[in-house]
Amino acid sequence: MSADRLLLGGFLAVLLVLPAVLSPYYITLLNYIGLYAMVALGLVLLTGVGGLTSFGQAAFVGLGAYTTAALTTAAELPGWLAWVGASPWLTLVAGLLITATVALVLGSLTLKLSGHFLPLGTIAWGISLYFLFGTMESLGGHTGITGIPPIELFGWTLDEGGEIYYLIWAFLLVAMLTTHNLLDSREGRAIRALKGGRVMAEAMGVDTSRARMIIFIIAALHACAAGWLYAHMQRFVNPTPFGVHIGIEYLFMAVLGGAGYVWGAIVGAGVITVLKQWLQDWLPQLLGASGNFEMIVFGILMVLVLHRAREGLWPILKKLVPVPAVRKKIDDAAAPLPRRTLPAAGEPILVAKNVTRKFGGLVANNDMSLEVRAGEILALIGPNGAGKSTMFNQISGVDTPTSGEVLFLGKPVAGHDSREIARMGMSRSFQHVKLLPTMSVLENVAIGAHLRSGKGVLSSAWRLDRAEEARILKEAAWQIERVGLKDFMYEEAGSLALGQQRILEIARALCADPCLLLLDEPAAGLRLKEKQALGELLRKLRSEGMATLIVEHDMDFVMGLVDRVVVMEFGQKIAEGLPDEIQKNPAVLEAYLGGVE
Amino acid sequence: MDISIALILGQDGITNGAIYALLALALVLVFAVTRVIFIQQGEFVAYGALTLAMMQGGSVPATVWLLLAMGVLVTLFDGAAALRSGQARKALGVAGWNLAYPLALAGLFAVVPVASLPLFAHVVLTLAIVVPMGPMMYRLMYQPIASAPVLILLIVSVALHIAMVGLGLLFFGAEGQRTPAFSEASFDLGPLLITGQTLWVLVVSALLIVALYQFFERTLYGKALRATAINRVGAQLMGISPALAGKLTFLLAAFIGALSGVLIAPITTIYYDTGFLIALKGFVAAIIGGLASYPLAALGALAVGLLEAFASFWASAYKEVIVFTLIIPVLLWRSLSTHHVEEEE
Repeated sequence: MSADRLLLGGFLAVLLVLPAVLSPYYITLLNYIGLYAMVALGLVLLTGVGGLTSFGQAAFVGLGAYTTAALTTAAELPGWLAWVGASPWLTLVAGLLITATVALVLGSLTLKLSGHFLPLGTIAWGISLYFLFGTMESLGGHTGITGIPPIELFGWTLDEGGEIYYLIWAFLLVAMLTTHNLLDSREGRAIRALKGGRVMAEAMGVDTSRARMIIFIIAALHACAAGWLYAHMQRFVNPTPFGVHIGIEYLFMAVLGGAGYVWGAIVGAGVITVLKQWLQDWLPQLLGASGNFEMIVFGILMVLVLHRAREGLWPILKKLVPVPAVRKKIDDAAAPLPRRTLPAAGEPILVAKNVTRKFGGLVANNDMSLEVRAGEILALIGPNGAGKSTMFNQISGVDTPTSGEVLFLGKPVAGHDSREIARMGMSRSFQHVKLLPTMSVLENVAIGAHLRSGKGVLSSAWRLDRAEEARILKEAAWQIERVGLKDFMYEEAGSLALGQQRILEIARALCADPCLLLLDEPAAGLRLKEKQALGELLRKLRSEGMATLIVEHDMDFVMGLVDRVVVMEFGQKIAEGLPDEIQKNPAVLEAYLGGVE
Repeated sequence: MDISIALILGQDGITNGAIYALLALALVLVFAVTRVIFIQQGEFVAYGALTLAMMQGGSVPATVWLLLAMGVLVTLFDGAAALRSGQARKALGVAGWNLAYPLALAGLFAVVPVASLPLFAHVVLTLAIVVPMGPMMYRLMYQPIASAPVLILLIVSVALHIAMVGLGLLFFGAEGQRTPAFSEASFDLGPLLITGQTLWVLVVSALLIVALYQFFERTLYGKALRATAINRVGAQLMGISPALAGKLTFLLAAFIGALSGVLIAPITTIYYDTGFLIALKGFVAAIIGGLASYPLAALGALAVGLLEAFASFWASAYKEVIVFTLIIPVLLWRSLSTHHVEEEE
């Protein structure tokens, strides 16, 4: 048995026996830790992994708590709703549905905006929801709702702290397991790309807006479930625990514990809850006044954590107990992913017709035309400032030409976002390398296969995606081997040399099974041997029928490799032809070396 | 509702709106220059109002001890660094501003009986205590992580807000305070009664906005801040110190916050935690301006003030709900006008 399983088993065993040995006070404390950790876990996914922040999670907890409180205590519900009030389990479903709807509406309002609007929005609506709970007579105003029934499970009534303890921790452990599973999957890689890799992920076909919405809703649902448990544990609710300051405390828990780690949620919730109890006893005595003085300590503690240990406590704890990382196994028996049929050699794949792009008075591309055919490598070269990158952007759909058109497989590229273009079969690398530095090379490359697979969040959370996942990883491993990075498969992508990172981008692009490969300066930063290997690879791809367009500065590399060359200067095409012709072309020589007067 | 009630509500709304406008301007400025979302602006408002109230009540304001504590920390960090690099004169300057100045203030309170001073002196002393906390806060809390992502800076702001509210409770107690008006004068304008304090708020806000405009248009430091807001790296290459720009911005923001607190203390009862709600309304206004446009933010502030005033008449229990829900159509509008995928910092 591996060391991490042993530790996990020990942890579970301790959890199981704790109610038998602890006093009710400590069990209550553990119940709170479990509930808070569940909310913090949502924030781990949202903030630590996805790079989005919400100070309004307490309001979602409130939604869950108030939904069940109002429905289970209502004297008479309207006929169509009456069946819901019959059991807390049904009100849990109702609460989750309401929360998902609210989160969907709020998410569609704020998630498209840059990152800081979401937290500000959550503060604002966290406050309005809090005031709403407090002012609505039907929700009991500031006194709240009492007489909430306990939860029943298989005829067992969970009306004592030591009983609901098991339900709370079972919920938390399931939430942790599913979150852990989700992060280690196709959708999980997309979610992990949200923080700092959105442009790249979009180019690989990931709908990043959807991924943001998904984690926002998951975080809200976790909070809602915690609220439901809270209401049936306390048996009464009032607005106080759902205010925006408690929402801030939840975020503190996630950040303190380690916002990027599933286990950080428990650590953060545990430390803050225990510390709060302790400070609430101790500080008023010390200061000689009553009040929430623990806030001062929490505030300063949080600043110190962000200054000194931004990753939180979990990574520090983890270092104390070294558990070797488990390497992903590549299943050689997995079926290969479906491949697209490549067009016959010589068939035009990409046609740019009279493309002109103006930025105000500057004409960056003027009447540019070029054609890439299946089974050939075309190089686009030219001195600095010639307009190559602008042309690259027109072709890859990042930018739209002022006039003229770009046809990919006979369809216009303009007006399609980079996701659709990726789906059509165009895959690219970036001039400035875009990868996820803390993820392994294998996982980075696997993002490329996003569109060749389709398992969603639910199947990932419950591990119903393993067959497909094995196929994705096998494909990624094969592409890594093909580009010659096999020895680095399990390294962090950020630890690779720049040249190797460029090669990684090619492997990622290949993982998408494209019919056209766009490479932006792939040889920059490569050593001679690496360049030769890259050239070998591109030749091999060509022989398989791949069309490749490379923008490149390295003449030796280009001239020995490509079939045809297009030369640009001042936004215009000045020459086109076979490498040998281009090398003798007087216009090209003048552009590169200056004219001979 | 008849016309006279509408006029009274309108007056209330514009008075509060003027304060929100000042706060919104400061929020936009701080965000543009330092990328910090200045959540704790509200605490500067409350500290300003309650420091004044403490002096009015005849006691030495506890905030002076906070200033001293922050000054000691800055002196320890910066003074030690200056000494280590052999810059004795610089260390002396650091100690002068951050240690001698708060000590001198504390000494003043020890010598002069607070109650004997006129209101005007109390106002000046309030600003003298609260405003320097701004740059000290920047130095201690933000400067070490100035290049961190916006999100991290935001969490620091929220943490400081929490700590400052807790300290506010410790300093000022849970009781609300209201200070006497600057002037008891009032003017009849048809059916409308305008109080002297309203005029004070409007005139000071207008003057401050004009002064800020002049500062940013005419002075070298103002232009340096604008340059930093437009392009941080470029401004740094031109020799504008980001640390200085940050401190200067926080100085302005703390000044605006504390002054707003002093101005509204006679109009509304201020509690140790009132500032948060006031500043958040400034935020709603700033968000209307996209955290970037000063005129839009100011207009938004007036709209927030008026909405709040009329909401308090029609549905007073839902006043806060209505004001903070206003942010939703604003975000919707901004969301619909944004299409591209952005890389977060």
